[in-house]
Amino acid sequence: MSAEKSRFVPELTKGIFRENPTFVQVLGMCPALAVTNSVMNGIVMGIATTFVLVMSSLMISTLRKVIPSQVRISTYVVVIATFVTVADFTLQALLPAAHHEMAAFIALIVVNCVILGRAEAFASKNPILLSIADAFGMGVGFTLALVLIGSVREVLGNGTFLGHQVFGPHFEPWVVMILPPGGFFVLGVLLLGLAKLAEVRSRASQRRSQTTGGEPR
Amino acid sequence: MSAKLLTIFFSALLINNFTLSYFLGLCPFFGVSGRLQTAFRLGIANTFVLIITSLATWVLNTYVLVHAPYLALIAYILVIASTVQFVEMVIKKTLPTLFRALGIYLPLITTNCAILALALFQTTRGYGLVEGLVFAVASGLGLMLALVLMAGIREEAELSNVPRLLRGTAMSFLIAGILSLAFMGFAGLFGGS
Repeated sequence: MSAEKSRFVPELTKGIFRENPTFVQVLGMCPALAVTNSVMNGIVMGIATTFVLVMSSLMISTLRKVIPSQVRISTYVVVIATFVTVADFTLQALLPAAHHEMAAFIALIVVNCVILGRAEAFASKNPILLSIADAFGMGVGFTLALVLIGSVREVLGNGTFLGHQVFGPHFEPWVVMILPPGGFFVLGVLLLGLAKLAEVRSRASQRRSQTTGGEPR
Repeated sequence: MSAKLLTIFFSALLINNFTLSYFLGLCPFFGVSGRLQTAFRLGIANTFVLIITSLATWVLNTYVLVHAPYLALIAYILVIASTVQFVEMVIKKTLPTLFRALGIYLPLITTNCAILALALFQTTRGYGLVEGLVFAVASGLGLMLALVLMAGIREEAELSNVPRLLRGTAMSFLIAGILSLAFMGFAGLFGGS
């Protein structure tokens, strides 16, 4: 039990930075680009995905010794589809406007590879508590990525953030950013920035280990 | 009637291209677009599965889901996955050459979001049998067009001198952005309708 406790925090945080589903694993691209033309849509999508991730990980981890391995993928898909249906109807009742704007994409959470990926790679092999931590971390990482992409696109393409005016009245919106091409451009540039950051970091750590004569990494 | 079908065909093929304006099927779009030949085969396999999906969706919508609409998602995904598996077995037995040409892509396509999206769009837009089939063929050709274009560009890019940081995913996204920008030009095709 103590080993499980010591792994709890790392499993929770890895999805946010080190193994971020969008920026590092480059999974679940369809919703990440399709709904991020505003910050609000990104948040709603992120929360819905996190809900489905956590609930299906909980379910699959609980049943991991019962599910025969030959039919495990279809079982996972049914579990995930059930929770997506729940999320879909809940959103339809609570936020009809947001739901109307991205109706098909809420249903498409079923085929988001992040969820099936976590079910197969983590929840099917690990105890319940760790699986929930892993799923929640991944969900938060995914939500943060959506909010980041959504903020860039909404601020540049519409001049607003969460519907509030950011720039003065003379700002000319860069409309292409909220149109489909903008999604590809913003994610491309963000990935480029991350690649640069990773390079700078690895060079700095190399230099440090050379000057101090420290142990090779 | 035929004018409506033509509109459905061209808007799914060019104006609302699944990949470049709805962001559907991005995983194979970035994963498999390295070689022109494989991209082409994947496109054919995709079109094929889309047509089967359209048929299955129509049957489900007309005969089953009228009684239990809340089961839509679960029904679509299960029926599509099992139909594709069944068709895969039939092709393997009867047309081994085609089976080898499609290879691993046939089973993988089931998890492509474009497939489920087709079922959902067909339902929300209220397409009948014929309209659904036209929509499926056009979407499949649209996916294939985007894949082949992307693969052609990436084959060229491999030979040119690209900055080291740009190689890989980042450049693919930027190329996709430019392609998507180009496809936006089709938006005025039917007088802005």
